[in-house]
Amino acid sequence: MQAANANGTETGATDDFVTVYVGETLFGLAIERVHDVFVPSGVTPVPLAPAEIVGLLNLRGRVVTAMSLRRRLGLPDAEPEADGKASPKMAIGLEQGGETFALVVDGVGEVLKLGADSREAVPINLDPRFRNLAICVHRLDGRLLVILDVDALLGFTAAGAKAA
Amino acid sequence: MDDLLREFLTESGEHLDTVDAELVRFEQDPNNETILRNIFRLVHTIKGTCGFLGLPRLEALAHAAETLMGRFRDGLPATSASVTLILLTLDRLKEILADLEATGTEPAGSDDDLISALERMATGPAAVAPPPPPEPVLPEPVSRELKPGEVSLDDLEAAFLSAPGPDEADFAPPPVMAAAPAPAAAPAVRPVPKAAPQIEAVQAEPAEAEPARVEKAEGAEGETAAASKNQTIRVSVDTLEHLMTMVSELVLTRNQLLEIARRHEDSSYKVPLQRLSHVTAELQDGVMKTRMQPIGNAWQKLPRVVRDLSGELGKQIELVMVGAETELDRQVLEVIKDPLTHMVRNSADHGLESTAERVAAGKPARGTIRLAAYHEGGTITIEIADDGKGLNLAAIRKKAVERGLASQADVDRMTDAQVAKFIFDAGFSTAAAVTSVSGRGVGMDVVKTNIETIGGLIDIATTAGRGTTFTIKIPLTLAIVAALIVRAGEHRFALPQVAVLELVRVDAGAQRVERINGAPVLRLRERLLPIVSLTGLLGQAAAGAETEQAGFVVVAQVGRERFGILVDEVFHTEEIVVKPMSVKLRHIPMFAGNTILGDGAVVLIVDPNGVARQVAQGSQGTGGHADSDADESIEVTDSKTTLLVFKGGHDSFKAVPLSLVTRLEEIECAKVEWLGGRALIQYRGRLMPLVPADPAITIKSEGTQALVVFSDGERAMGLVVNEIVDIVEERLDIEIAADRSDLIGSAVLRGRATDIINIAHFLPLAYDDWARGLKRPEQLSTVLLVDDSDFFRDMLSPVLKAAGYQVITAASADAALGILHAEPQIAVVVTDLEMPGRSGFDLVAAMRRADSRIAGLPVIGLTGAIGADAVERARALAISDLVAKFDRAGLIAALAEIGPAAVSKAA
Repeated sequence: MQAANANGTETGATDDFVTVYVGETLFGLAIERVHDVFVPSGVTPVPLAPAEIVGLLNLRGRVVTAMSLRRRLGLPDAEPEADGKASPKMAIGLEQGGETFALVVDGVGEVLKLGADSREAVPINLDPRFRNLAICVHRLDGRLLVILDVDALLGFTAAGAKAA
Repeated sequence: MDDLLREFLTESGEHLDTVDAELVRFEQDPNNETILRNIFRLVHTIKGTCGFLGLPRLEALAHAAETLMGRFRDGLPATSASVTLILLTLDRLKEILADLEATGTEPAGSDDDLISALERMATGPAAVAPPPPPEPVLPEPVSRELKPGEVSLDDLEAAFLSAPGPDEADFAPPPVMAAAPAPAAAPAVRPVPKAAPQIEAVQAEPAEAEPARVEKAEGAEGETAAASKNQTIRVSVDTLEHLMTMVSELVLTRNQLLEIARRHEDSSYKVPLQRLSHVTAELQDGVMKTRMQPIGNAWQKLPRVVRDLSGELGKQIELVMVGAETELDRQVLEVIKDPLTHMVRNSADHGLESTAERVAAGKPARGTIRLAAYHEGGTITIEIADDGKGLNLAAIRKKAVERGLASQADVDRMTDAQVAKFIFDAGFSTAAAVTSVSGRGVGMDVVKTNIETIGGLIDIATTAGRGTTFTIKIPLTLAIVAALIVRAGEHRFALPQVAVLELVRVDAGAQRVERINGAPVLRLRERLLPIVSLTGLLGQAAAGAETEQAGFVVVAQVGRERFGILVDEVFHTEEIVVKPMSVKLRHIPMFAGNTILGDGAVVLIVDPNGVARQVAQGSQGTGGHADSDADESIEVTDSKTTLLVFKGGHDSFKAVPLSLVTRLEEIECAKVEWLGGRALIQYRGRLMPLVPADPAITIKSEGTQALVVFSDGERAMGLVVNEIVDIVEERLDIEIAADRSDLIGSAVLRGRATDIINIAHFLPLAYDDWARGLKRPEQLSTVLLVDDSDFFRDMLSPVLKAAGYQVITAASADAALGILHAEPQIAVVVTDLEMPGRSGFDLVAAMRRADSRIAGLPVIGLTGAIGADAVERARALAISDLVAKFDRAGLIAALAEIGPAAVSKAA
C-alpha cells in the first residue's frame, strides 16, 4: 500500500503472479501459493458436495479436491457443447491447512512480475463475489488482471457454499 | 559398475563413517566393550564383502585393521597411537572407495606401510606379552579379596563369552580369541602389562584399570540382561504414523501394479510382483502391529473407577475383565477409552442395584460387571455386561413419547431392542429423564457418536431383572479396510465390507426389485427388505431411471437395521486405504472417506452408518429436516405397523392397521338381526350395522361369527370376517391396488400376499351419513391436500372425503401454489411438511406472502414426528395445527375445528 502511494517507485518490490483465465477475465495468483500446474484428469465427482467442488482427483498419489473457479465466482460453466467434449481445462495446485486443492480454470497464462505502480484497489462496483475474493487489480497493457486472495478462495464452508 | 558394487560402496561408506565416530568415542572410553564390538563388527563386514567382491587391496587393509581391533578386544589397551593408526587406515579405505566409485576398479597402489604398521601394533606388544605376566604391580588387584558385589574376573569373562551378542560369530575367526581368556591363572590382568610400556599417558595407574574393568564387565553383563529385558523401544507416534502412511502408499502402488498385471498377459514380472505383493502384505501387517496396543491399556483405570464407585454408591461390585490382551489400533483405542470408562461407570451406577435390592431379588449381593474383548473377523467385539436390573423399558417408552421422538403408537409397536436404543438419543440421558430408578444413559449419545465415528456399532440387549449387555463392534484399524467396489450410475464407490452381509443379484426375473409407489423393496427369503438405490441416495438418479431392473443389492446391516443398497454392478473386493475427506466435504454424511484404486482413480467410500441414518431418517425424521434428501419411499418402507390379519371370502388374507380397530368380537349368529336387508346386532345397548369385509363373505346363520369392530364417537360398525388370524408387526410395504376402493393395497405379511383394506370404504356402507360425518361443517369445504407421496395422497383423500370434504390434491409445493391461485373455493390447506424440494414450510411461507385470500387460509401441517423445532416453525407461519402423518382421526378433528372458523372468515 505504501508503495502504491509513493508514486512511480520504479525500485519498488515486485511480486510474481501466475495468471489464469476464466472466460475473458484474467486472474492472478501469488506464485508462492501455487504448487502445481497440471491438466486435471479422472476427476471423480462427489455427490451432494457444494457446487464449487468439481470432485476429487489423483495427483501423484494424493487425493486432491478440485474446485471450479468459475463456479466459485458464480459464473456459469464453460460452454462445452460446441464440439461435444468440454474444452481442456487446467488446474492450479494450491495448499491450505495441509490439504491440497486443485483450482480448475479455463487456462493458464504466463507468470507476470508486477510492481506496485500498476496496482489499483478493487473497484467498488464489482460483483460482491469478485470483490470478496479479489485483493487488488493490476493495470496491464490492454487488459486488467484481478489478483485473487487464495485463502478467501479456499475459505468457503459447506454451509456458505450452499447459501451462496 | 554393477548394482552389487554400488550397494557395497554406499554401505561401506556408511559403515566407515560410523566406525570413525565410534573410534573416537572408543578412545575416550577405551573400556567400553559395546563400542569396540560395534567397530569390530563393521570392519569385519567390510572385510568380508571386499573378499566376496574381489577387492584384494581393501580386504588386506581391512583385515589388518581388524586384527588390531581384535587385539583391543582381547584386552590390548587402545592407545591414542593405535587409534590414530586405525583412523589413518580408515582414511585410506575411504580413499580407495572413492577411487573405486569413480573408476569402478580398485586403484593400484600399495598399503604395505599401513598394513605393516598395523601388524606391528597388533603383534608387537602381543609378542612381548604372552610370556609370563609377572609384573610387579599387577597381581595386586587380582589377589585382593573380592569385595561384596564384585565378581571374579574369570566369572566375568565366562559371562561375557556366554552372553549372546551380535558379533558372536565374529569371535570365532581370530585365533587369539580362543587362546586369550583361558590359560593363565590371572589372565585378565595380562592386558595391563602389555599396555604399560606404551601408554602411560592414557593409563597412568594400571592398577586403576582393574576395578574399572570389573565395572565395565558388570556393565556388559547388565547390558546383556537389558538386551533380553529391553525388547521394546519407544518410537514417536509421528514416526509410526509416517511409516503407516508410507505403507499405505505402498499398498496403493502395489494395487496399481496388480491392476496393470491383470490387464497384461506378459507374465515375466508376475512372479516378482507376487513377491512384492507378499512382502507388502507382511510389511503392512508389521506396521499395523506397531500401532496395536492391548485393550487392557484402556482398561487400566477401570478397576480403580469401579472400586471408588463401589465405595461411593455403597454397592459391592466385582469387575471381571476378559481378553485384556486383545490388541487393537492405537487410534481406535484412544477413541473408545473414554466411552468405555463411561459405560462401566454407568453400569455400576445405574445398571447394578443396591446390595439390599439385590439380596431382596435373590441375587448374589455382589454385582458383577463383566468386560470382555475378543477378535471376531475383522472387528473387535467388546462387551460390557452387568447383572443388574436391566433397562426400564416402560419408562423409556414413556419418555420417548414425551420427548416427541416417536408417537405412542410407534413405541407400542417397537421391539424392546428398538426401544432400548432410545437411550442413545441426544438428551435422552439423565437419571431424571427416564425415571428416578433407572437413569442409564448419561451421555450415551456421546458414547454412540464416538463409536460411530470410528465405524463401530453399538448394541444393547437387556433383560428385566437379569442385566444389560452393551456390545460394541469396532474395526481393528481405521487405516486399511476391505471394501467392495461397486458401480452406481456412472461412478464407482467403495463399500466397507464390515457392513455387508450378502450380495443379491436382481433382475427382471424371479429376484426382482418391486416398487411400492416408487419405493424399491426386495423379497429376500420371504421378508421384505427395504432398498435404497445408491444413485438415488446420492441425488444422481436421473428422472425416469427407475426402470432399470438388473443390478445387485448389497444387503447391509448397521446396528439392527438391515437394508439393501441397490447398485448397478459389483466389481471385486479390494483392500483400500482410507483417506480422510477434505474439510470442504466432511459434512456429507454419506461418505467415510476416499481412496485411490488400483487403476489410479479416486473413489468415494460410502459410509454405511450414513446410509443407515438416511434410511432411518424417513421414519424418525424431525420437522427440521424438511429438506433432507431421503426420498419418501424410505419413510413408508421403514416404519413398522401392527396389523390385524384376518381371512375374508375364499380364505383370502386381509389386514387392517390395528390402530384403527376398536375391538374384536365373536358373536352368536342367532343374534344377528336383519332390518331392511341390512344386518344389525345389538351391541352395547345400540344397534351396530354389520358389513362383510368382501362380497364373498356371507354372514353365517349359525354358530359364531367373527367381527372386527370399528368405532367413531358413538357409532360402531362390525366388519364381518371369516376368521381372525393373527396380529403381526411388519414393515408395511404396500403396493397400491388398482381401482379398488375397498383396498388400500396389498403387502407381503409373514410371507403371504395380504390385502390391506380401506376402512374409509366400509364406513359409508354401514351408515349412509357416516360419509358426511357427524361434525360436518355447515357447507362442504374444499381441502387442498399437498403431499409428495402418492401413497399418502391416496390414503388421505378417501379419509377426507369420508369426512365430508371435497379434496383437491397436489404433489408438490409448486403445484399447490398454482392450484391455490386457480381454485378460489379452497378453504383449508393440508400439507405434508417434509417434502423434497420446497417443503411444506416453504409452501406456507409462500402462501403467507401471497394475496390476502391465500395468505389468510388456515393450514394444517402433516409431519412424521412433531419436534419442538417443527412446532416453533409452524407457529411462526401461523399453521393452525400439526398432525402426525398416520393420525387420521387427529386430522379430521383438526379440520373440524378449523371448519367453522374458516367459514366464518370466508363469510
